[in-house]
Amino acid sequence: MKLLSKKVKCNAHGQDSSYFLGWQEYEKNPYNEVRNPRGIIQMGLAENQLSFDLLESWLAQNPDAVGFKKNGESILKELALHQDYRGLPAFKNALAEFMEEIRGNKVRLKSENLVLTAGATSANETLMFCLADPGNAFLLPTPYYPGFDRDLRWRTEIQIVPIQCNSSNGFRITGSALEEAYKEAERRNLKVKGVLVTNPSNPLGITLSLHELNLLVNFIEAKGIHLISDEIYSGLVFNSPDFVSVMEVLMNKNYMNTQIWNQIHIVYSLSKDLGIPGFRVGAIYSNDKEVVSAATKMSSFGLVSSQTQYLLSAMLSDKKFTKTYVSENRKRLKHRQEMLIRGLRNAGIRCLESNAGLFCWVDMRHLLSSNTFEAEMEIWKKIIYEVGLNISPGSSCHCAEPGWFRVCFANMSEETLNCAMQRIKVFVNSECKTNVNGSNRNQFWNKNSRRKSLANWVFGQSFHDYKYER
Amino acid sequence: MVLLSKIATNDGHGENSSFFDGWKAYDSDPYHPTKNSHGVIQMGLAENQLCFDLIQEWVENNPKASICTPQGSNGFNDIAIYQDYHGLPEFRNSVARFMEKVRGNKVKFNPDRIVMSGGATGAHETLAFCLADPGEAFLVPTPYYPGYDRDLRWRTGIQLFPVVCESSNEFKITRETLEDAYEKAQEANIKVKGLILNNPSNPLGTVLDKTTLRDAMSFICEKNIHLICDEIYSATVFDEPGFISIAEIAEESSVSKHRDLIHIVYSLSKDLGFPGFRVGIIYSYNDAVVNCARKMSSFGLVSTQTQHLIASMLSDDIFVEKFLDESAKRLTERHRVFTRGLAKVGIKSLGGNAGLFCWMDLKRLLKEPTFEAEMELWHLIIDEVKLNVSPGASFRCSEPGWFRVCFANMDDETMRIALQRIHKFVIQKTGLDQPMTRKQYKRSELEISLSFRRLDEFIMTPRMLSSPHSHMTSPLVRART
Repeated sequence: MKLLSKKVKCNAHGQDSSYFLGWQEYEKNPYNEVRNPRGIIQMGLAENQLSFDLLESWLAQNPDAVGFKKNGESILKELALHQDYRGLPAFKNALAEFMEEIRGNKVRLKSENLVLTAGATSANETLMFCLADPGNAFLLPTPYYPGFDRDLRWRTEIQIVPIQCNSSNGFRITGSALEEAYKEAERRNLKVKGVLVTNPSNPLGITLSLHELNLLVNFIEAKGIHLISDEIYSGLVFNSPDFVSVMEVLMNKNYMNTQIWNQIHIVYSLSKDLGIPGFRVGAIYSNDKEVVSAATKMSSFGLVSSQTQYLLSAMLSDKKFTKTYVSENRKRLKHRQEMLIRGLRNAGIRCLESNAGLFCWVDMRHLLSSNTFEAEMEIWKKIIYEVGLNISPGSSCHCAEPGWFRVCFANMSEETLNCAMQRIKVFVNSECKTNVNGSNRNQFWNKNSRRKSLANWVFGQSFHDYKYER
Repeated sequence: MVLLSKIATNDGHGENSSFFDGWKAYDSDPYHPTKNSHGVIQMGLAENQLCFDLIQEWVENNPKASICTPQGSNGFNDIAIYQDYHGLPEFRNSVARFMEKVRGNKVKFNPDRIVMSGGATGAHETLAFCLADPGEAFLVPTPYYPGYDRDLRWRTGIQLFPVVCESSNEFKITRETLEDAYEKAQEANIKVKGLILNNPSNPLGTVLDKTTLRDAMSFICEKNIHLICDEIYSATVFDEPGFISIAEIAEESSVSKHRDLIHIVYSLSKDLGFPGFRVGIIYSYNDAVVNCARKMSSFGLVSTQTQHLIASMLSDDIFVEKFLDESAKRLTERHRVFTRGLAKVGIKSLGGNAGLFCWMDLKRLLKEPTFEAEMELWHLIIDEVKLNVSPGASFRCSEPGWFRVCFANMDDETMRIALQRIHKFVIQKTGLDQPMTRKQYKRSELEISLSFRRLDEFIMTPRMLSSPHSHMTSPLVRART
């Protein structure tokens, strides 16, 4: 092992985190309504599986795009040979316009400012390589997506310094938190090169407010640093307030062609909005020509398959389709989120009020035996092994307060979601040591008699039995 | 002014080197048989365009391979959502089987050791991140693919240290040259972590024999360093001697204790002609490297849409056999026509049996044996002969006068025209208008060298690096419409 690099030996890849361990447990025992009804239900995966039917119907109606054809003629050869890291022009144009549409057409985005990357994972890493040197730091509001520990730090050797946000104000970013983070970096002798925010936020599921966006813009201007806005969930805002991109804020303030115009960079991907993470379509958008130039060269390490670019350029150019898709997708997400919130409320659990994303930020502080991260881990383990749900503990997202969990709702069927809600209710009742008597059981029976798949879990077992049989 | 990183602002990407003039010339004046018949013919692009008809036919007969066609669409959901960095099992299996077939089924590949990457470009960078720390070095025999300078060094901070090979022994790698390079690195206080071999070689177009492979193996075992074998051209071997993969050496029992020092880089960009699909592979005999490289593959996974297509295609044994057979035949023919065409005007090339290019010896055409003279000749070839070829200096060749010229990225007619231009150029220089005898060709070479004095208008400023592997110079590569 001496022969391998330090990067192999360190654990900056982040996969020892509970976020990924939960996945591993799920993979050993995955829930299936028919084949494995006692398995673990995956609620730790922020995937959008609600609107495949819309994509499939588009595919059925557009045989040319899918058959490597243009006007009936095969373009397989051109696609197979196309390795230009500037990407297929038609695709970049379509992508830029799609991004504008998601932003309510309130911003103008130029396709020449787009750099295509193999997913947002690669986009974020590439931006780090472009904007910071090893040992420099980026400030990130907590809680944040656990993958950032790997994507931003691992091979780049950049540090993350948290901007501490907490529940007292709904985890909003404040001016003082920004300043405090900056000072903390200075105390650690780290040169801060920028701030990275996710908007809408993962794991919070909220869009940044105008106030927060203005704070951020002013802050980076004052400090002379970069701002990266990871807007991967921008198409998944299903409740007010509407999504406001940082680019819109700049335009409204008339900052075009000023210095700060070049300090703001957006990361995007189609993995969440279109539900196609397997296709590895990410993008960096920057007004800074040098950043675009450097990032484009770096994209050689992770280009988007030309086959995929071609398919998606056709799909995204179909404006009628994209409009319908975005709108319908949002409706379905809203419905799903409401199901989750209702189910949790039924179990006496509250969530942070959210309007976007594929998950809720759930408050289980009242279930902790003590206000500590150890207690959070205890509950988390119970939830995985005894309740059979993989949810993500707040500590894996670097949350400053124990007791918060991210729970995803868009990567399963409605039946599965209901099953999960039932399990939680059972668990909570047991944790709160409510009285078990016949009438309670009958209540469950009446509500759930149609859900045969839940029989083993809910009807066939007492509140005490499940702990042992799982 | 908010500064960017050192990496973003240095020249590590290699595109500011002086060798991009050929690309620029081609880009501003690309040859087209009808629209621009006097344009520059692209011969600096190592692409394999000879067998697309076979691929196209297969794709048309196999609509299920596309997840988007009516026949294949019930797979769409599962494929589109699948982002596991292990890759689709059927993809890994089919790639492993394909790699075995290319090696004449003399070796076995374990699909669980197959790791995806963003092309061979991504594979090289990932291996560098796994095997070495910033400041450490890999040895690399010259001449070598210029893209290595970027892929292995740019963002990783690793150095490349040359193993100088010379034409006196046909650029072969010997134990002595390896030892020599290692010693020099030690003297310069550079810690060597590995050796890179490109087999078949770009730009030489030759394969390594078993002795060389065993020598390299014993060298790295003794020094306890890694061996990275870039076998990206493994299925472009069209003539004897056949291809011997490092995998054959790895399976020898004498090597078993050191097998975990061996790592193979592969890609479908050259063998199948699919650079646009970005299918890169790392195959390592080292568990820790497989593990780590797999995590790093998140930064450059292969699109599952493409994984699915490739898995279907490469699982079709009949098609694969036919393809490999036909591809070898067409490459042989192309190579034969081209080298004969060169020989007719007295241009020799290194005896090659693989790859998509020739390594041409134009030493006798240099006005003096210097790299400046090589540059001048190169600019003459671009601007007067209107061919974009790649000068040996861009491959860090230690001797001036060698040029790499690609022949598989064009149709027969374009090849014929390229040869015609070369002939015409040589004939004009010698003032003759009929085919020469061998003796006359030899004399004409001397006369050509004299006429190269008119070079003043061709001095160019340093710009970008030409790419033998083509995709790294992609800013100047446009998709055909």
